Amino acid sequence: MIISGDPVVFSIAFRTLMISISATALASFIFIPLACLIHFNRFRGKRFLLSIIQTFYSVPTVLVGMLVFLLISRAGPLGSLGMLFSPGAIVLGEVLLIAPIITGLTISALSGMGSDISDTALSLGAGQLQMVLKVLSESRYMILTAVLMGFGRAVSEIGVAIIVGGNISGHTRTLTTAIALGVGKGETAASIALGIILLALAMIVSVTANLLQHSEK
Amino acid sequence: MLRYVYAGMLIAAVLSIACAGQSDPSAESIPEQITEISEDAGSEPVPPRESAIRLRVATTTSLYDTGLWSYLEPMFEDEYSVELDVLYAGTGKALEWGRRGDVDVITVHSRSREEQFVEEGYGLARVPFAYNYFLIVGPPDDPAGLAEMTPDEAAATLMNSGEAVFVSRGDDSGTHGKEKAIWAAAGYEYEDVRTSGDWYVEGGSGMGPTLVMANEMNAYTLSDMGTFIAYKSDLNLEPVVDQGDVLLNVYSVLQVTSTRNPEMAANLVEFLTSETVQELIGNYGVNEYGIQLFTPCAGLDM
Repeated sequence: MIISGDPVVFSIAFRTLMISISATALASFIFIPLACLIHFNRFRGKRFLLSIIQTFYSVPTVLVGMLVFLLISRAGPLGSLGMLFSPGAIVLGEVLLIAPIITGLTISALSGMGSDISDTALSLGAGQLQMVLKVLSESRYMILTAVLMGFGRAVSEIGVAIIVGGNISGHTRTLTTAIALGVGKGETAASIALGIILLALAMIVSVTANLLQHSEK
Repeated sequence: MLRYVYAGMLIAAVLSIACAGQSDPSAESIPEQITEISEDAGSEPVPPRESAIRLRVATTTSLYDTGLWSYLEPMFEDEYSVELDVLYAGTGKALEWGRRGDVDVITVHSRSREEQFVEEGYGLARVPFAYNYFLIVGPPDDPAGLAEMTPDEAAATLMNSGEAVFVSRGDDSGTHGKEKAIWAAAGYEYEDVRTSGDWYVEGGSGMGPTLVMANEMNAYTLSDMGTFIAYKSDLNLEPVVDQGDVLLNVYSVLQVTSTRNPEMAANLVEFLTSETVQELIGNYGVNEYGIQLFTPCAGLDM
């Protein structure tokens, strides 16, 4: 089906990629700095916050979907934006979905560096910001792994996509929602094709993550 | 640096394996499915008109699973230069989307709930545009012996035997509402039926998936005629009860009062009830399935 260039399969795969990449980029942009803030500051309840973040690694996707639905439905607080049933709505939901993973794993990555680098940097006269940047750059592979994990969860989730996207053909249909619909319709061949693409994407992510981790050692 | 090259090569390899995997296996050995898929390809609204307005219609799953909406969608889009977003859901969810103002038009099949929707001021008017009938379908050997029965008798038999499995939509859809009406007509409280034993299965999904489930479980279920016929070739289920006034299934279109685009929403109601489209609805699927799926009924009080 891919060889014959089935335009529907391609457009669904492309749309899914665009949505998950946007979500991952946005989430990284917001939550990696937030993770730095949490890691490099001491404050009361930090340990508690970290365990909360870890709990939300496995937040059910449908729960996030439902919350975002209530938020952006026209009867909801952000209803005036008219975001429901659009690709943007899925991006928003996925950002929230993967925020804990990106934040938490980034904090782990930074913690893994120990205090040697930050101490050395500070003793050599680096400012706070320079020190943070140095630690970030030293742990970049681990952080990239965190980002890839976030992407993996975004690209493979269905709860958010089906609830706030609505599985609209040609507009918000993603690989996972298309598979769900296809299986329900008994269209096995199409579902298998989409499943293989999804699996390939997941494989790319895990292989890349593995390579990055190895290249650090 | 070498590692990046290595990573790139791996990615390319994975992709090419994926592509190769797609081209050969199941796809070509099942020619029927190929045609189905390529039809689907044709029906996917291909050119996204970025600048155009979008209109959202929430439809009951039966009008979606039969492919009727995929068939009509491009015609409406071409005629009115609008991007039509078709969302499928059970009648209950579709009406809820309407109440929340998340959709502009609704096509569903539950007269009492549609009338309530209009009375409460959420919908402008209930406009019937097509009908067919519900069927009780089941395994070809009809283990509970429901054939030739009225819907009431069939319901009583299922309830009393407690052995023949019945799969309910269980999703607050129009079909689910009809099923409740049948239990009520047979003199049962729905809650009693629902909790009476393992024979009563609440599927919780759309009509198509429910049929697939009934097929897998060798069970009975209530289905609208359109979806059943569209799925029939993949199922080992036969209609067992198809006579009775209670089985009438009327589809209506309702413009949501709070729509931001009342003009276009009205266009869609107009479109569905227009003479041309009524004829297309009447002929839809006749060539493919050899039987009429929907009978047009615009202008009739049903």
